[in-house]
Amino acid sequence: MSAPTLDRPAAPDEVALQAQFDATIAADHRIEPRDWMPEAYRKGLIRQIAQHAHSEIIGMQPEGDWLLAAPSLRRKAILLAKVQDEAGHGMYLYSAAETLGADRADLTDKLIERKQKYSSIFNYPTQTYADVGVIGWLVDGAAICNQVPLCRSSYGPYARAMIRVCKEESFHQRQGFELLMTMMGGTGAQRAMVQDAVDRWWWPSLMMFGPPDDDSPNSAQSMKWGVKRHSNDELRQRFVDMTVPQAAVLGVTLPDPELALDPETGRYRFGAIDWDEFKQVLAGKGPCNDERIARRRAARDDNAWVTEAATAYADKHAS
Amino acid sequence: MTDVTAEGGKNTPSSPPLASSGRAPGRGRRDWPLYEVFVRGKRGLNHVHVGSLHAPDDEMAVHAARDVYTRRNEGVSIWVVKAAAITASSPDEKDPMFAPSGDKVYRHPTFYEIPDNVPHM
Repeated sequence: MSAPTLDRPAAPDEVALQAQFDATIAADHRIEPRDWMPEAYRKGLIRQIAQHAHSEIIGMQPEGDWLLAAPSLRRKAILLAKVQDEAGHGMYLYSAAETLGADRADLTDKLIERKQKYSSIFNYPTQTYADVGVIGWLVDGAAICNQVPLCRSSYGPYARAMIRVCKEESFHQRQGFELLMTMMGGTGAQRAMVQDAVDRWWWPSLMMFGPPDDDSPNSAQSMKWGVKRHSNDELRQRFVDMTVPQAAVLGVTLPDPELALDPETGRYRFGAIDWDEFKQVLAGKGPCNDERIARRRAARDDNAWVTEAATAYADKHAS
Repeated sequence: MTDVTAEGGKNTPSSPPLASSGRAPGRGRRDWPLYEVFVRGKRGLNHVHVGSLHAPDDEMAVHAARDVYTRRNEGVSIWVVKAAAITASSPDEKDPMFAPSGDKVYRHPTFYEIPDNVPHM
């Protein structure tokens, strides 16, 4: 540490600050925006929250594709409300990222320049309206599994954003399940459509929890800091255990011949996940990566005139 | 990058600004000030901080706050405040700010011993 100069106050004692931070984490208290925090904690959180926010924003696209083709006004109103929620969730999360000193326009730029990631799941296409139901049931179900423990994340603004998100997410899952139950009570063709959607979305949903614990570089530190509360594999297992009985009620088959209840643990064993596919999608080679990013870029660039006009209006009326 | 941080008000002491990605800024959202949003859940309750957003002016900030934070009747009233207008105490000053009340136990009713047979106290 360099000697303090007259015009610049001495750097605060990092050791004491670190000790205070560690004590706050150890006591399971929350870290708040104006608290000192290690740079790695700040950077890791920005990475995670930005990735989460980007997922909400990109997540509007696969379902948004069906807004103009919803089968009834009721379904259209529901889907519109859901897609609006995803936008809102993105806003809560960008707002949390900004408490760490990030700038949300910068984060959007980084998403578009592919310098930051979003959930791999949104790079798959929605082929039929059953996909809307399956996304609600499986994708939002998996998201809930991930997000409920994040309500106790050590970073206050992130945890508070998650509480808000989780309250709203329950509607997302239930509307999806209800949609699927309705289709399963319909014609044979409709039931086949649901089964086809389940076949396509099941494995990508399991991948949403991220790589297995022994191949998850950020997990250990993140758990030590209380940012994450459970490992990827533990959350994935929870999701499978919750979902199998729901599939039975629905009357669909989950596309995994190895799926079976382990009588000793009371938990479901499941087959191997294709991590090569996961890595390909993360690397930008999924079915819809280019389309998703192109549309986000167009939204930023083509709508820039709206924000410019609003700024001009505000400037004019301020003087 | 502004010198205002969400939930931190002005001059957040512990957060150096992150480097900007360097895209040439237009006169767009990038220049919009940051607002902190407070919502009154129902009559009789305080306005409570719920988050922040960017808007070109105060009126648009209220409209945006309605869309972002009250999609399900979460409130009956919204306040928006420019984050730059908030001056916050610093965590570094925690002791000088709040410690003086710590040793004034006589400000709490439990400091005083009253016999059990005294009713209504």
